[in-house]
Amino acid sequence: MAAVSVENLCKSYGKVQAVNKLSFAVEEGELYGIIGPDGAGKTTLFRILATLMLPDGGTARVAGYDVVNDYRTIRNLIGYMPGRFSLYQDLTVEENLNFFATVFSTTVDENYSLIEDIYKQIEPFKKRLAGKLSGGMKQKLALSCALIHKPEVLFLDEPTTGVDPVSRKEFWNMLLKLKRQGITIMVSTPYMDEATLCDRIALIQNGEFLEVDTPRHIIDRYPDVLWSVKSDKMHRLLDDLRSYPHVKSSFSFGETFHVTFYGQGSPGELEAYLSDRGHQSVEIRKIAPSVEDCFMLLGRKGKNGK
Amino acid sequence: MKQFYSFIKKEFYQIFRDKRTLLILLVMPVILVILLGYAINTELNDVRIAVFDPSKDTETRHVIERFRASKYFSVIKELDTKSEINDVFKGGNMDMVIVFPENFSARLHKREANIQLIVDGTDPNQAYMLTGYAGGVLSSYQMELLERYDIPVQIQTETRMLYNPQAKSAYNFVPGVMGLILTLICAMMTSVSIVREKEMGTMEVLLASPMKPIQIILSKMAPYFVLSITTLVIILLLAVFVMGVPIRGSLFWLALSSVLFIIVALSLGLLISTLVDKQMSALLVSGIGLMMPVLVFSGLIFPIENIPWVLRWISDVIPARWYIAIVRKIMIEGVGVQFFIKELCIIVVMALVLITVAWKNFKVRLC
Repeated sequence: MAAVSVENLCKSYGKVQAVNKLSFAVEEGELYGIIGPDGAGKTTLFRILATLMLPDGGTARVAGYDVVNDYRTIRNLIGYMPGRFSLYQDLTVEENLNFFATVFSTTVDENYSLIEDIYKQIEPFKKRLAGKLSGGMKQKLALSCALIHKPEVLFLDEPTTGVDPVSRKEFWNMLLKLKRQGITIMVSTPYMDEATLCDRIALIQNGEFLEVDTPRHIIDRYPDVLWSVKSDKMHRLLDDLRSYPHVKSSFSFGETFHVTFYGQGSPGELEAYLSDRGHQSVEIRKIAPSVEDCFMLLGRKGKNGK
Repeated sequence: MKQFYSFIKKEFYQIFRDKRTLLILLVMPVILVILLGYAINTELNDVRIAVFDPSKDTETRHVIERFRASKYFSVIKELDTKSEINDVFKGGNMDMVIVFPENFSARLHKREANIQLIVDGTDPNQAYMLTGYAGGVLSSYQMELLERYDIPVQIQTETRMLYNPQAKSAYNFVPGVMGLILTLICAMMTSVSIVREKEMGTMEVLLASPMKPIQIILSKMAPYFVLSITTLVIILLLAVFVMGVPIRGSLFWLALSSVLFIIVALSLGLLISTLVDKQMSALLVSGIGLMMPVLVFSGLIFPIENIPWVLRWISDVIPARWYIAIVRKIMIEGVGVQFFIKELCIIVVMALVLITVAWKNFKVRLC
C-alpha cells in the first residue's frame, strides 16, 4: 500500500489553479521531494494532504485513509511542519516540545530516541524562547515537534527555506536518518541542490508535475550537451548569447550562464562570436546538467506547450 | 484530559509572559474603578447659586436657609434686579439661580407658589442633576411646611432619584465597569488569542494534530474564564470596601448571572475569532462592536435616559446592556429574581444562540 496516493487532485483559488489534476503515489519509507519555485502549488498540495484544506476535485489518501472523510484518523498518523515557523515563539524550546508531545497524547521520553539526534543540538538552549532561536535551530525544533509522536508519514513544507547552507545540510542528513527508520517523508523545497538527496522527485510548476522520477534518471534524460559560459562583461552576456543564432537556451545560473546549442553551434564559434562583440576572458566549459537545468528545460517546454 | 491540562498550562504561560496584556487585564479594572470613583466624580459639590428674591418674606428666607444648610450648595450672591441673572451666568461663575415670585408667602398659602430654577444648560447632564438636587431641597422644605402649618401644600416638582438619592456615581459605574471588563477579557482577549494562533501559524499545526476542535476551544476559553472571575472579584471587593457600593441583593444570583454573561462574552469572542484572520481585526471588531456599545449604553459616560430611542433599540442586542441592568437590580436595588428574570432569560437565549453559531462556524480546516 502506498503511503500517499493522489488521483486527479484539483484545487483553485478563484481563477488560479494551484493544484491541477495531480496524480502520484509515494511508497512506504520513501523520501519524496516536491521541487518547484514559489507559487507552484507546493503548499496547497501539502495542506490538502495534511487534511487542512479540502480539494476541489479528485481524491487523496494518506496511509490508506481519505483526506476528506477520514481526516481525524489521518491527524493521528502524520507529522506536519508548515512552511512558516509555526511554534509558540513565547514558549521555551522545552515547553514547545512538551506541549506538542501532550497534544499528540505522548511524552517526550517515550519517543526520545527518534528525535535524539536532532534535539541534542538544540538541547543546550532548551530554556530559551523559541522566538529567539536562529533560523536553523527553529527548524530543528519544529522537526522535533513534528516527530515527537512517531508519525507514519511526515510532511515537511519547505523546511529549509531561509536556513543557512550548513544548517540545511545538517537538516537533510537528519531526514536521511529518519528515512532509515522507516518513516515516509514528503518534503518540498525550492532548492534544486537538495533534490538529489531524495529517492524520487516531482518537479512541479503551475500546479502540475512536469516529471516524476529519481533525480539520477531525470538528469540522465537531459537531451543536450550543457556548457557553462563566463566573460568579463556579464551584464551584457545574456543578450549577446541570445542573439547568437545557434544558441538553443541560455539561463543565468549563479555566476555563469548555462547554454545549449542547436546542431550547428559549437563552443569555439560562440567564443569567436562573443570576442567580436567585445567580451574578454571568455570561458566556456562543458558541464554535467543538474536538476535545475532539467527543471528549466522542462518548465520551458511546459510553457511552450500551452 | 492531559491534553486539556497541558493546553491550559501553555495558555497561562503565554498570558503571564505577555506582561503588557496581563497588566491591562488586572490593573485596568482597579484603575477604572478608582478613576471613575474619585477623579471623574459626577456628584455635585459646592454648587454656586445666586438668589433673586423680590418678596423677601419669611418663607423665602426659609427656603434660602435650606439651600445654605445643604452641603451641596453655597449661596454666594443675592441679586437685586432680574437683569442681573444673565450677567452672572455670562461671568461663568454661577451654576444656578433661584428665582422667587413676588409675594411668595401669600402665594404659598393660596397654593400657587412657584419657584424658578435657572441652570447653565451647556452641560445637560450636570444641569439635570442640579435641578434634581434642588428639587430635593425644595420638597424637603415642603414637607416641613406641611408639618408646621398643617396646610396641604401643592408639591409642584417631584424629582426624586430612586435608589440613589444622592446620585452617587459609584452606584452607576460599578455595574458598568463590570460589564465592560468582562466583555474586554472574555470577548476581546479570547478572540485575539485564538486569532493570534491563526496569524502565527500555530493553528495550522494544532488543526493537523489529533486535538479535537472542542478541546482547542475549551482550553482557549478556560484561562480567560478564570481571569474574568478573578477581576470580577477584584471589582466587587473594591466596590464594596473602597467605594462603599452595597450588594443589596443575593450574591448567588449575582454570581450566576455573571457566569452566564461570561459564557455569552466568551462565545462572542469565539464567534469573532471564526470570522476574522488578523489580531488587529479581532481587536477592532470586539472594540467597536462590543466595547463602544458597553461604554455608551452602560451609563458610564451618558445617562441612559438621554440616549435616543434608535440607539436604545440597538443597545437591546448588546448582551452587556442586559447584564448591567441585572447587576444594577441586584447590587443597588436589591430586588429579587422575579424583577430581573426577563433580562436573565435574554442572556440565556443569547448564550445559546451564540454558542450554536460559533460552534457551527468553527472550521476544522484552514479554509
